[in-house]
Amino acid sequence: MPITPDEVKKIAHLARLEFSEEELLAYTEELSKILDYFQELQEVDTSTIAPTFHPYKKKTPFREDEVETFENIEGLLKIAPELKDTLIVVPKVVKAP
Amino acid sequence: MELKELTLKKALNLLDEGKLSSKELCTLTLEQIKKYDPLVKAFLYVNEEWVLKQAEEADKKRKEGKRDLLTGIPLSIKDNILIKGHPTTCASKILANYIAPYDATVIERLKSQGVVFIGKTNMDEFAMGSSTENSGFFPTRNPWDLERVPGGSSGGSAVSVALRMGLGSLGSDTGGSIRQPAAFCGVVGMKPTYGLVSRFGLVAFASSLDQIGPFGLTVEDTALLLQAIAGNDPKDSTSAEIEIPNYLEFIENNLNTTFKIGLPKEYYSYDIDPEITKYLEKTIEILKKRHTMVEISLPHTKYAVATYYIIAPAEASSNLARYDGVKYGFRAEAKSLLEMYKKSRGLGFGKEVKRRIMLGTYALSAGYYDAYYLKASKVRTLIKEDFEKAFKEVDLILTPTTPTPPFRLGEKISDPLQMYLSDIFTIPVNLAGLPALSLPVGLTTDNLPVGVQIIGPQFKDELVLALAYQIEKDLSLKFIPPILKD
Repeated sequence: MPITPDEVKKIAHLARLEFSEEELLAYTEELSKILDYFQELQEVDTSTIAPTFHPYKKKTPFREDEVETFENIEGLLKIAPELKDTLIVVPKVVKAP
Repeated sequence: MELKELTLKKALNLLDEGKLSSKELCTLTLEQIKKYDPLVKAFLYVNEEWVLKQAEEADKKRKEGKRDLLTGIPLSIKDNILIKGHPTTCASKILANYIAPYDATVIERLKSQGVVFIGKTNMDEFAMGSSTENSGFFPTRNPWDLERVPGGSSGGSAVSVALRMGLGSLGSDTGGSIRQPAAFCGVVGMKPTYGLVSRFGLVAFASSLDQIGPFGLTVEDTALLLQAIAGNDPKDSTSAEIEIPNYLEFIENNLNTTFKIGLPKEYYSYDIDPEITKYLEKTIEILKKRHTMVEISLPHTKYAVATYYIIAPAEASSNLARYDGVKYGFRAEAKSLLEMYKKSRGLGFGKEVKRRIMLGTYALSAGYYDAYYLKASKVRTLIKEDFEKAFKEVDLILTPTTPTPPFRLGEKISDPLQMYLSDIFTIPVNLAGLPALSLPVGLTTDNLPVGVQIIGPQFKDELVLALAYQIEKDLSLKFIPPILKD
């Protein structure tokens, strides 16, 4: 197996995903199969090849750094999971001193 | 008037002549949805009141003598494209309550052209899949055989057009998600050149591969829709600044133009269903009368699926990091922030989405980046160069769209790798950023649609449409699913 349940656990943590033990084992098996398939890329000689990260090469377009007001702030707040006035509530991230 | 005899272009003529109002057309379309959607489940959202209000506005505009490109035409939209004030779920539980706070650029454009939005269509969750079985809500069925998949990920869009529930649709194509369902449902579907259509307001899956594109009943309809959405957008930094031709004029003017058409041997030597081969050969026979057909080689084709399934999940793992339960979307009850992230994502995302996030995170993680992501990005260069070399020799390339006709529901869903391999003919186009279109060319003995794919050079979308238009005229077929004939 190219990937172990422990590695899958580590990746799940990096990806911020919670899995049950059962899911963990299922993903280990599936990902192993897929990663095995990816091995065929190793037979391609890419020693002199530059990577392509984007199919269309274009200079980054610049614009003036001007403030534009977004007109639908209400619409943004309406979709927040929990609000207090115009603030979004999240679980506590700092401990009280 | 019968909807099944109508195309977008015909409807525009009837509207122009005053023989039909948008309200009548949209009412018929809503009736069509009521009748057929319970069978196929192509829609995630239909809001009758909104539809009729838009139609009335379009009729009013026409009365005032204001006729834009598509005034009064009902279209469906894939549910990963934002329409302000209406739900956009990406068929994911994590976005089940999301109401779009702004319009995608393509929606802004269609609004200014007078389009009536008839509803949002089902898809594989976050556009990850080839069958629409990965929808977080329910699968969509193929109108030609309800036991078969419509393809994916834009399955709902393809089905809506095939059953005339809207006279066209917009989908998105990251590895074949417009072309494959178009082929499976007997409609025309086009993935434009990367950069031709703005991606602003399209929920990102894999940003270097995603492209919005049209579904139509005919090549003309598809060309009209592309006309309405193509063009530079300052809100999308990868959007091209090029002159957009008049596509309808171009295809009319090039009805007799001869092309040099490449047939890539790697595609033709693949294990293709004999019924697909039959229609491919028939199409080639027709093309031979006017065009020069040459065998070409795209030697790195066999590596495309592996390359794609490293790059797309890598980009997805990064793009989908934003679904954390903080600002919008599903939030699970939790005591700490970390627990909230993990639970919200673990419960909110479906199986395939999590599988791809895992694959992508792995491919980008320390120690594996070079072997997977960087390696795949280098092979991508070779795949892109294969096409560049080919297009020095030929004007266009002809291939099958899919290796098989539509498969059965459940047939491939338990084997992700088998599902991935069904995208073999469409994936290379996205890796290279090229335009390609799937055109229906026949029906198998089981009455299932077969599509061929036309691939063009970068920003030569009009050439792709022109050849498709020629084939369509030569074949002169109509694709009406049997359930519409009753």
